[in-house]
Amino acid sequence: MTTATTPRTGTRAPSVGTARTRVEGREKVTGAARYAGEIPFAGLVHGWLVLSTVAHGRIRALDTEPVLAMPGVLAVLDHRNAPRLNTDFASLLGMRPDPTCAVFQHGRVPHRGWPVALVLAETSEQAREAAESLVVHYEEEPHDTDFGADRPDAYRADGIMPAVTEKGDLEAELAAADVVVDAEYTTPEEHHNPMEPHAATAHWDGDRLEVFDSNQGATWVVGDLANLFSIDPATVRVRSEHVGGGFGSKGVRAHQVAAVMAASVLRRPVRVVMTRRQMFTLIGYRSPTVQRIRLGADADGRIRALEHRSLSATSTVFEFVEPSSGVARVMYDADAHRTENRVVRLDVPSPTFMRAPGEAPGSFALESAMDELAVACGQDPVALRLRNDAERGPVSGLPFASRRLSDCFREGARRFGWADRDPRPGLRRDGRWLLGTGTAAASFPAGVAPSTATVTAHPDGRFTVRIAAADIGTGARTALTLVAADALHADPERIHVRIGDSDFGPAMIAGGSMGTRSWSWAVQTAAQEVRERLALGTDIPAEGITVRANTAEAIGALTPAERHSFGAQFAEVAVDPGTGEVRVRRMLGIFAAGRIVNPLTARNQLLGGMIWGISMALHEEAVRDHASGGLVGADLAGYHVPTHADVPRIEADWIDDPDPNDPVGIKGIGEIGIVGAAAAVANAVWHATGVRHRTLPIRPDRVLSAAAREGAPDA
Amino acid sequence: MREFDYQRAADVAGAVALLGADPDSRYLGGGTNLVDLMKAGVERPARLVDIRELPLDRVESTPEGGLRIGATVTNADLAAHPEVRRRYPALAQALLAGASGQLRNMATVGGNLLQRTRCGYFTDVTRPCNKRVPGSGCPALEGEHHNHAILGASERCVAVHPSDMAVPLAAFDAVVRFETADGPGELPLTEFYPPVGDTPERETALPAGALITGVVLPPAPVAARSRYRKVRERASYAFAIGSLAAALDVRGGVVHEARLALGAVASRPWRAHAAERVLTGAPATPETYAAAADAELAAARPLPHNGYKVDLMRNLVVAVLTELAEEAAR
Repeated sequence: MTTATTPRTGTRAPSVGTARTRVEGREKVTGAARYAGEIPFAGLVHGWLVLSTVAHGRIRALDTEPVLAMPGVLAVLDHRNAPRLNTDFASLLGMRPDPTCAVFQHGRVPHRGWPVALVLAETSEQAREAAESLVVHYEEEPHDTDFGADRPDAYRADGIMPAVTEKGDLEAELAAADVVVDAEYTTPEEHHNPMEPHAATAHWDGDRLEVFDSNQGATWVVGDLANLFSIDPATVRVRSEHVGGGFGSKGVRAHQVAAVMAASVLRRPVRVVMTRRQMFTLIGYRSPTVQRIRLGADADGRIRALEHRSLSATSTVFEFVEPSSGVARVMYDADAHRTENRVVRLDVPSPTFMRAPGEAPGSFALESAMDELAVACGQDPVALRLRNDAERGPVSGLPFASRRLSDCFREGARRFGWADRDPRPGLRRDGRWLLGTGTAAASFPAGVAPSTATVTAHPDGRFTVRIAAADIGTGARTALTLVAADALHADPERIHVRIGDSDFGPAMIAGGSMGTRSWSWAVQTAAQEVRERLALGTDIPAEGITVRANTAEAIGALTPAERHSFGAQFAEVAVDPGTGEVRVRRMLGIFAAGRIVNPLTARNQLLGGMIWGISMALHEEAVRDHASGGLVGADLAGYHVPTHADVPRIEADWIDDPDPNDPVGIKGIGEIGIVGAAAAVANAVWHATGVRHRTLPIRPDRVLSAAAREGAPDA
Repeated sequence: MREFDYQRAADVAGAVALLGADPDSRYLGGGTNLVDLMKAGVERPARLVDIRELPLDRVESTPEGGLRIGATVTNADLAAHPEVRRRYPALAQALLAGASGQLRNMATVGGNLLQRTRCGYFTDVTRPCNKRVPGSGCPALEGEHHNHAILGASERCVAVHPSDMAVPLAAFDAVVRFETADGPGELPLTEFYPPVGDTPERETALPAGALITGVVLPPAPVAARSRYRKVRERASYAFAIGSLAAALDVRGGVVHEARLALGAVASRPWRAHAAERVLTGAPATPETYAAAADAELAAARPLPHNGYKVDLMRNLVVAVLTELAEEAAR
């Protein structure tokens, strides 16, 4: 498909590219916006999930009698009386469902925090007290939650990409290299707990199932629920108007399924809301990784050999692969190039997509190794990356649709003041703080998926756009308003974008950095046709003129190419060698990430990603206690993310990079902000102290212990 | 969450009478810790006696030159009090290093002293914990303990006390006052928290049903030059992994008087008497400070994953005392 990348709007200034506050911003800040757990219902029943307290075994008995006698309690659902579910299907993303969401189908317990029952009561408090009083007897079996590089039972696994890619003779090229970096990097288990907990209310309206939910895609959730309950998807409606964050965690989960089950059994509306602690086992998370990187280079830094191997963990019931080595398949070419993703099955909850799956941990390892290579070659880290900028996909051999990585580095280096950097570590001091700077590259796939949208022109000059998009905090609703305005040659104020309703027809999820791009394509296509019809001078009837668009065919016609966003991350840190404290002082990210629809919310997304990178570098770590198989401190007091005080002077900006094959020029910006950010911080810590940290997060105890081991500059 | 009764007390005697000897009742101050623990099922009181409206919200100078601080004074108000900032700056700094603005507006002095450990095993009712269920075991010994005690712990419990405020109070010889049905009483803060020993569930020396009415700080001229430094895993809104309240009076290059208390290293704020003895009368040099730290930390018994705290506390003592001495010399 070939289309103009910029709509011709005559004398009208384009709306795309102008900074707009969120169209629903007033509703949100005044509290008028209703989220899934707060929509009022008459006769509402509250469900509370009961989770297993053993890591492996079998339910022997549940003492439901005393619980059923408690005030307000209506029923207890468990594997003995719950409706049967069908799990033999592939969901919208092509994967089979995670059995964790197919609740109460058997008495086996594959991990601690597995749903074993749902207690239903007239009030939330009654349901909770009864659920916490329910005694469950288990036959406990030994469990294994011990993740590490030396697992003999690890195996190669594909997941969303092939497990292995290779070309050339790796050992020969490594042997011929002037400089070799061979290092192991580890990232911890990380959780994407959105501020809004997972919540759903299900009710039957006659033969129609309605679910008010908080999710990343109404189409996705309808499809999974219809399949699980073996009902016609046309009889299911899912609405999700406002979503307080998703980050990959908000597909179909135990709570929606439990709510639908209970609504079917009781024939009353049922609400199930997860607690923060339940979210740590039920919504997925990022697996820990162990990654081994081997780089072989000529003395001038040209890479001859690149190997990136990654190991992640998954549950015994679901294979999810954190594809960390995938980033090397895009970033750097070499005569010998080998990447591999492996996984090991443990008695742990199922991991899932978490913001920049693969790229986030993968870029920490690869971009740390590149920094180590720069040091080993005596090359500037920016120059090393410019020297190794790939011309074609290192694995695919396909051309890049666009790749402005080097331009990002040049612009970033200029603005960050990189040219003045003394490469030697451990030299700069500000009182008790050692200072250092670091950089890293970023990339993320620029994908698109079919969606449908309708646009209606009303007689009063207003327009309504309907699309089953999800605004999970990204500003998608506002972005789509601007896209529609340009396609319709109308003021954004005249356009009402309605989203988050499966009745609007199938659409892509808010995920894979593909949401806004996929939806915009459909909205633009429908809106353009509406404008063309109106240009004929047609009278608009009272019900309006409605055009429906489906982008499947146009997207199917895209030619194969390497399509990605790119970026360059820069960080300055301060390290107190006496206390081990690390503080980021400033950060800059420059991105080539397609046409930017709304600079205000785009900057917000990119900064959010970069702050997540600070979080990954310094704070986030879920600690698993192997004796119990569960997490310790599974709440936001124990699991640290950055506070405002941890976020320094931080800037994100972009260079011009419209996607040549997208009608609006969009590539997607949801995830690239986090990619490379943790490596930039870790590389800056090396520059500050001379100590290389290959284990995240870089906590004070690790800084102190590493300094004691390696003999860092004196405190 | 268990259903509970709620009553509001009008005066101190009334509050003590309302609570009576009922072990299932709790006083409610700001609720910033108690309500969280109730939600987690760690605390399951049948009755809450709200003491926020008691006339215990004053900070007053004592005739001797100290301060009398009411039990319901909020952490925010105490930190902002001009006499606290002038006479005991480390106390104001410690308060401001704790929690968040919203929590400091709610949290009270009495509640701050009585807050429970944040050990992840204590706050999870599905795990054993000798403090929560005596005799059930301590998984932290073999499990996650990178922020647990290096001083004064026992085989039964290695949890640390989370309060920042209590650390300078220990350094400045604060006395806790309380009321019981049998009349008033008082305890020096250094005796308020008993050693862990075999009874980690016994967290204070308060008699059953006692209501903390306030804290008295005796006059301490040395405290006018004092500092609280808190090390934590993020820049704000996190509990300490090590902290230090220190006051130093140097005369003619010699330490005339020093006060030191360490935080996040033990089940109580750790008054560093051994370090103070080394400091007093010794030359005010980094070597002296290091020797003082070593004297105190000689008793440290780190676990496999918290040995870094010994280095951390030693470095903190040297750094903070050096800063205080340099400040005095200026």
